[in-house]
Amino acid sequence: MSEISRADVEHLARLAHISMTEQELEKMAQELAVIVDSVATVSEAVSGEVPATSHPLPLTNVFREDEVGHVFTAEQSLLNAPDAQAGRFKVPAILDEE
Amino acid sequence: MTTHTHELIRLTAAEMAAQLRAGEITSVALTQAHLDRIAAVDGGERGIHAFLHVSAEEALRTAAEVDAIRVAGGAEAEALHPLAGVPIAVKDLIVTEGQPTTAGSKMLDGWMSPYDATVVTKLRAAKLPILGKTNLDEFAMGSSTEHSAYGVTRNPWDITRIPGGSGGGSAAAVAAFEAPLALGTDTGGSIRQPGAMTGTVGGKPTYGAVSRYGAIAMASSLDQIGPVARTTEDAAMLHELIAGHDPKDSTSLTGEVPALAETVRGADVKGLRIGVIKQLQGEGYQEGVLARFHEALDALRAAGAEIVEVDCPSFEYALGAYYLIMPSEASSNLAKFDGVRYGTRVLPEGGPLTIERVMGSTRAAGFGDEVKRRIILGTYALSAGYYDAYYGSAQKVRTLIQQDFDAAFTEADVLISPTSPTVAFPLGEKDDDPLAMYLNDVATIPANLAGIPGLSVPGGLSDGLPVGIQFLAPIREDARVYRAGAALEKLLAQDAEPFWAQAPELAEAAAHPAGK
Repeated sequence: MSEISRADVEHLARLAHISMTEQELEKMAQELAVIVDSVATVSEAVSGEVPATSHPLPLTNVFREDEVGHVFTAEQSLLNAPDAQAGRFKVPAILDEE
Repeated sequence: MTTHTHELIRLTAAEMAAQLRAGEITSVALTQAHLDRIAAVDGGERGIHAFLHVSAEEALRTAAEVDAIRVAGGAEAEALHPLAGVPIAVKDLIVTEGQPTTAGSKMLDGWMSPYDATVVTKLRAAKLPILGKTNLDEFAMGSSTEHSAYGVTRNPWDITRIPGGSGGGSAAAVAAFEAPLALGTDTGGSIRQPGAMTGTVGGKPTYGAVSRYGAIAMASSLDQIGPVARTTEDAAMLHELIAGHDPKDSTSLTGEVPALAETVRGADVKGLRIGVIKQLQGEGYQEGVLARFHEALDALRAAGAEIVEVDCPSFEYALGAYYLIMPSEASSNLAKFDGVRYGTRVLPEGGPLTIERVMGSTRAAGFGDEVKRRIILGTYALSAGYYDAYYGSAQKVRTLIQQDFDAAFTEADVLISPTSPTVAFPLGEKDDDPLAMYLNDVATIPANLAGIPGLSVPGGLSDGLPVGIQFLAPIREDARVYRAGAALEKLLAQDAEPFWAQAPELAEAAAHPAGK
């Protein structure tokens, strides 16, 4: 079994910005251990000489003319905002108050 | 529902298009017939629930426009796209202006896209009435559509069973005659596997052949939009319509769109070398699935195809590689759902309202279990100390799988396998076993890892449930899978009856939504 502890999951959840209850952390740790065990076989399949593939097609960077295309108005951009004020997104405090 | 309506919705999209052109039917009548069908079978406790949103007004408006142009005649009527006036449904992962897009997630509940996906722009330009948005596993993560935050979709062949996923809504809508055509997205099989489960045709184009601009990304190196239909000809026509280079998608292919519908119409397999993938059969595959698969091989052989066996030894590791690469890319793609600029924002209970805590509670409430599982798994696979062993190795396996395909395609023109190891399973059966759910995609995943085109066509029934047969071809050779798929479709048609003539009638009266 892979050694994924509750503490590991807690750390990962913090990195991923997902709040989890104690119960969720427990359950996720168990599930992840099973999944990771099953997918970990990939490391047995490959050696150092095999090149990595990150993308199915050999594409190179794509350039375009630096021209202004379609732009959204401020109103359109704010249409789905959870909170807005004075034509701007209103966000929670970036820093802790203390 | 009148007899006329009953017959109208059972036509193929190609037949609908021909009757529209000949002036035998109107698009308004055709669109209304589908809206009536949706009202009759989609709602209620035993309803199919393929749709998350129905856009009757907009669809009828587009239909009336097409009818008016046809009545007026002249150059504008001549210039209409062959599918103009044929209604279509769109998977709710693809953004639409004027219709909500949820991706099957609470995170996007009530979100209205300020722009259309390129494929939707193409549908609008060709004047296909858009009936609405179809259900899916949340952010396309799943193989049963049970992970939708808005309830399950039922399989029209047996409403106690799953329609496949993630595009179960699109497949079920087409199978239940609620729409003749639909759009899907395929990251690991989400078009082809639901096609197999519902007895419909599902195509995954070559990676980059169809623009992904406006498809909410799950795993960007794997995602692909494609057609869902009841026949290979219909799928080919839709595929041609949505394909083509798009400067808004930096991974979009350049070059001509292949003539797929023409390929389908003249399809035969004489002299075609069809490779049976040794690794995609046997253990784990249901007997009934293998029986239909071998019948398909016999039929193709009798029609003049050369059946050969090909060896793809690295496929053993495809599922593992996929479930490392996909969550890794997904964990990064889904980082944008943070409750700041759009989507749901959920405030934490008590404590200071800092952005970090608001993000945490927003993502805790907005994402379902499977999405959380994949984000955490992806975060793990990408984290320092594990990156080389997991993500790095998975990328190397990807190379080996491409090499397997390259070798196989020197011996065969197309490859064949069952689309899925099993027929549709009962709703709820794999709720507590994420790993068992992942195994559904074992035969479809290799194509995504290699970027090649695939097509699932109905291969008959096993105990009354559809079995799918999958064809695969090299990159940019989409026409080959349509050629082989269309030929098999013709060979398996019994007494010239289309496959879906065997589908059970849905209880329409019982499914009427309250108050109708």
